[in-house]
Amino acid sequence: MARYDRAITVFSPDGHLFQVEYALEAVRKGNAAVGVRGTDNVVLGVEKKSTAKLQDSRSVRKIVNLDNHIALACAGLKADARVLINRARVECQSHRLTVEDPVTVEYITRYIAGLQQKYTQSGGVRPFGLSTLIVGFDPYTGTPSLYQTDPSGTFSAWKANATGRNSNSIREFLEKNYKEVSGQETIKLAIRALLEVVESGGKNIEVAVMTKEEGLRQLEEAEIDAIVAEIEAEKAAAEAAKKAPPKET
Amino acid sequence: MKLDTSGLESFSTLTAPGDDVAGEFSAPPSFQLPNSNDFDGFVKEAIQMVKPAKGTTTLAFIFKHGVIVAADSRASMGGYISSQSVKKIIEINPYMLGTMAGGAADCQFWHRNLGIKCRLHELANKRRISVTGASKLLANILYSYRGMGLSVGTMIAGWDETGPGLYYVDSEGGRLKGNRFSVGSGSPYAYGVLDSGYRYDLSVEEAVELGRRAIYHATFRDGASGGVVSVYHVGPEGWKKWTGDDVGDLHYQYYPVVPSTVEQEMAEATGA
Repeated sequence: MARYDRAITVFSPDGHLFQVEYALEAVRKGNAAVGVRGTDNVVLGVEKKSTAKLQDSRSVRKIVNLDNHIALACAGLKADARVLINRARVECQSHRLTVEDPVTVEYITRYIAGLQQKYTQSGGVRPFGLSTLIVGFDPYTGTPSLYQTDPSGTFSAWKANATGRNSNSIREFLEKNYKEVSGQETIKLAIRALLEVVESGGKNIEVAVMTKEEGLRQLEEAEIDAIVAEIEAEKAAAEAAKKAPPKET
Repeated sequence: MKLDTSGLESFSTLTAPGDDVAGEFSAPPSFQLPNSNDFDGFVKEAIQMVKPAKGTTTLAFIFKHGVIVAADSRASMGGYISSQSVKKIIEINPYMLGTMAGGAADCQFWHRNLGIKCRLHELANKRRISVTGASKLLANILYSYRGMGLSVGTMIAGWDETGPGLYYVDSEGGRLKGNRFSVGSGSPYAYGVLDSGYRYDLSVEEAVELGRRAIYHATFRDGASGGVVSVYHVGPEGWKKWTGDDVGDLHYQYYPVVPSTVEQEMAEATGA
């Protein structure tokens, strides 16, 4: 099958890999996803387009487990995501089998990024059209981590990051407002960041928290609504404080 | 290191079109067998021929202050002593040791290979590999060569984040975690001394002496063990070689020659 050896991703004269850049375009069209690392937990939030009335919303989970202590959210082509997630899950178990230890977040990120890179340098395939946000706890040191990978196969660790639609605005917001927080504050920060670009309401956001003790916990719609209401109230109070005349004689 | 299964692939495409009597379905996968009446016996003999007897004594045990690893240094080919100065304790890396029993070449090569894998793991993951992980890597490799005549009976001893670790790994693919192991033809004798003298809270000096005595007694009774007793101690900082005594010297140390007291002196027979 010599026909399928021909590479699709080749260099342009000015050093670009256009297929990879087009893949990044696909990511930019995908739904927004945000990740925030706290001191004792990590939070992932994903924009959820309103589900059709007849659709079973539980089958479109956007934040998934790779292992007990690692979770992933992504932006881009969801079908590609399924393939990548399955490979990553197998690798997590394979690592447990060969060295009798769970993977570190860095290891599985490196694996996923390596896989994404392989598909930019092989014959007959196109790059994966997704960027992932990988969160988890290191099994040895117990510290929380957040990593991001993209279609080119690069990865790096972040304190907070966003990908997908309007990720630039979300990242700007995070850069202005990020503080090392923990517990409920981390969740609030993640939701606040997501609300910059998403219509407010529990129906449009999916949020999950990863803690060392409990692993991944998906927040209920009601819980998200409550936090959103809290945030709106805080915002309103801040606005009112600004508008009120200064109380000095 | 993948198992070579090319012999199991279907050869149906090689048969000429007219030959296939059955016609419809392809021949099952097959490979050539040697001409012999008793194939199973032949296979057993072939494996025995390649598998050298594990003429040696090695032992290792975990105690309060780490792991003691001890071994003799004799290499024998049947009744011929080919060497009295073989290094049977292999330094995989500064905090992990492996012992050699069985085929010397097999043990040396695969331990060195394991050392390479451990180093690559360190570089990729920015942390040392655990004794559990290292022993598992070796066991998986040996399992994939199962039945091909490798002869390895080794103990992987080391100190990692979870404390001292000791695993027994062999060429059948077995891997056991434990606190006390002895491997080789002299192991029954070594076990006797080791088990009776073992306490978890031995001091380092006492533990080294126990290991040395156990190997000495094995070399005394087992013909395939002898030479020099090497004892290593693996602590939190890594391994350190403690002793390298010749068993001949040890013998007279433990059982010094006492001039026997003469009970009755034979007097000249007086002419009766």
